[in-house]
Amino acid sequence: MFSQKDILATQDMIDKRHLDIRTITMGISLLDCCDTDLDRCCEKIYKKITTYAKDLVKVGCEIEKEFGIPIVNKRISVTPIALVAGSCEADSYVKIAQTLDRAAETCGVNFIGGFSALVQKGATRGDMTLIRSIPEAMATTNKVCASVNVGSTKAGINMDAVAEMGRIIKKTAEITADNDGLGCAKLVVFANAVEDNPFMAGAFHGVGEPECVLNVGVSGPGVVYHALKSVKGQPFDVVAETIKKTAFRITRMGQLVGQEASRRLGVPFGIVDLSLAPTPAVGDSVARILEEMGLEVCGTHGTTAALAMLNDAVKKGGVMASNHVGGLSGAFIPVSEDEGMIAAAESGTLALDKLEAMTCVCSVGLDMIAVPGDTSAATISAIIADEAAIGMVNSKTTAVRIIPAPGKVVGDRVEMGGLLGSAPVMPVHGESSADFIARGGRIPAPIQSLKN
Amino acid sequence: MKAVVTVVGKDQVGIIAAVCVKLAEYQVNVLDISQTVMQGYFTMMMVVDVTGCTVPLAELVSLMDEMGKDMGLSIRVQREDIFEAMHRI
Repeated sequence: MFSQKDILATQDMIDKRHLDIRTITMGISLLDCCDTDLDRCCEKIYKKITTYAKDLVKVGCEIEKEFGIPIVNKRISVTPIALVAGSCEADSYVKIAQTLDRAAETCGVNFIGGFSALVQKGATRGDMTLIRSIPEAMATTNKVCASVNVGSTKAGINMDAVAEMGRIIKKTAEITADNDGLGCAKLVVFANAVEDNPFMAGAFHGVGEPECVLNVGVSGPGVVYHALKSVKGQPFDVVAETIKKTAFRITRMGQLVGQEASRRLGVPFGIVDLSLAPTPAVGDSVARILEEMGLEVCGTHGTTAALAMLNDAVKKGGVMASNHVGGLSGAFIPVSEDEGMIAAAESGTLALDKLEAMTCVCSVGLDMIAVPGDTSAATISAIIADEAAIGMVNSKTTAVRIIPAPGKVVGDRVEMGGLLGSAPVMPVHGESSADFIARGGRIPAPIQSLKN
Repeated sequence: MKAVVTVVGKDQVGIIAAVCVKLAEYQVNVLDISQTVMQGYFTMMMVVDVTGCTVPLAELVSLMDEMGKDMGLSIRVQREDIFEAMHRI
């Protein structure tokens, strides 16, 4: 029999340390939904999603109850829509986004990802149509998430796409101005996007994936934070070991839930994403873990080193607990979704430049950051270019999810609500990057891409 | 299939009896019990076999939870696998 200590430890993690399964995400291929007629394409998409995912939420809730572990989100990711809709004779894919929204509503999931285009080397007609549809799609749907991959280690950075995404983000913010630019919270720009990511807003079902697959994202910053409290003042060897052990436990639970869900749904199990995903709840913050290591406020000198160690230890602990690890797998540092990050940004200690440095050593990138409403499209593009360069050179995923909140200035706060939290508006550099972005073209792939 | 039943709360007469009677009602077999009272707080852990349970496990979870609330206790039923996964390699 298990010791009382083990049983109570598990329950304590769930009750008091916010341990949960962050998401079970069903990936569905829509490649067979192509059609020259947009309406017929929409019809096929709706039918396929609502058939494959009809039991997803029900099964999720059953498992939640039987194991006594919360599964916070049940979600769907689909094939990048630019690929599916490329053959449609249409100059806007907004209708497809609305179809996805309707399908998500029918299935009862809270987000559906895959309104996406992969343009790291260049854009097709379908890619461009999708990108131009993003602002209206974000404004007229609730549950649809969009992503665009603008760079990769293999292909370099598509600077035309980077420039375009700066404008698209601005437009999305303006068109959803009534909600403080909320549309931008559902839009992410990637470099080295992964095909099996279960987390939103960047989830899509890659072309190398099977017909249907189930991916799991675990969470647990609160558990790690609490574990570190018991090793106060001890050397980093001990800290790393403690994080590894904790990550192992968290991931084992993700593996268990993923296997069980995939068995019940009759869908192959894909991967466990070993990410530390914070929420705005007190006690569920990645920033507070870094502070527990001895930093007065997250963002001060030492933060990057602390995060690098945390990120590495989480992976080392998790990798043995799961038979397939994938997705983004690393600590997330979304500002608005992390109570400690919000506090650090509001105090002025955590600045955009430091966050950028932090993204070099963790997943994923500049995430859920609000900047002043008058930030120019070129500046946003330049921020994207910087992040994409970090991803390209370091062969890792990086992303930008930024909200140029209309009418807001530094010191204001943007309220997104729910898991998206609230973001303090952070300052950007006022000096122009416009001529840099106006060049366009493609930044060549770095030498480290030539591995053959 | 095995499950772990955890009962925590202020000690009172008849906790074990009530829990066992309820479990028996649904054909749940008790395999192991460990129980302590610390500073007036009752903590009990049971490993039970739910293979023959007459209601779906999710329903048993709710029924035991309700019963716990009536008695001022926390009663949880969780599949054993979760503890197995977290604490055994």
